[in-house]
Amino acid sequence: MTVNFDKAFGVHDNALLLFERRTQLISENIANVDTPGYKARDINFNQVLQNQREQSVKLDATHKSHINLSQGAFSENIEFRQVEQSSADGNTVDMQKEKAAFAENAVRYQTTLRVLSGKIMGLKSAFKGE
Amino acid sequence: MSVFKVFDVAGSGMSAQMLRLNTVASNLANAETMASNKQDVYKARHPVFESVLQDVGNMDDVATVKVSGMMQEDTAATAHYRPNHPLANKEGYVYSPNIDAVAEMADMISASRSYQNNVEVLSTAKELLLRTLQMGQG
Repeated sequence: MTVNFDKAFGVHDNALLLFERRTQLISENIANVDTPGYKARDINFNQVLQNQREQSVKLDATHKSHINLSQGAFSENIEFRQVEQSSADGNTVDMQKEKAAFAENAVRYQTTLRVLSGKIMGLKSAFKGE
Repeated sequence: MSVFKVFDVAGSGMSAQMLRLNTVASNLANAETMASNKQDVYKARHPVFESVLQDVGNMDDVATVKVSGMMQEDTAATAHYRPNHPLANKEGYVYSPNIDAVAEMADMISASRSYQNNVEVLSTAKELLLRTLQMGQG
């Protein structure tokens, strides 16, 4: 029996990448809160989940122009935030929303991290066989 | 490395907000700076922020903040009749800048809050990355 790390980690290694990308996007929104005309962006989580379900088969990158899925796999799921209250300078950052989203994302990241950590420790104890 | 881009983003936001704080300080400090003619009067300065998209072709592009320029306010100077003032002109007038102290204070609070938010982002991101380094260790 061989140990398949892809199977062992399940969706969680991809989830970690997703949350990391999201941390970056929300930090951009927070940094650009006073930039005129800046449009806040975020990842559509449900869309990502659906895409992952649909393409459970992984694609091999055999050519340099092939898209590396692990790097920018969520680019097509990035959407501009819908604003409830528009501002005069065209900026669409709602700081309260962004802070809430950032906190939520940090907790999700840590949860995934804990799950992965648990899986790694499980594998480690299985290797040792003590 | 893409993981560390969040530091670039929050850092650029912090430096932009710090510049804004500096201009507020400069505007408030020079609120009573007199001049002998209207042209030499200090004019309130405000930074203009711009969002810069980096690594556009790279798919995981980042939008950092850049200060694209300084805007000088064009408000008319206030004339004071003070013949004994060392800077007074022939008619006995000195001119002071027309600085809106209340608006400057509001600007200062906004800049300070935005700076705090960026610091928070930075420390959370740092915490997450440090924990990632310890993945599987306990």
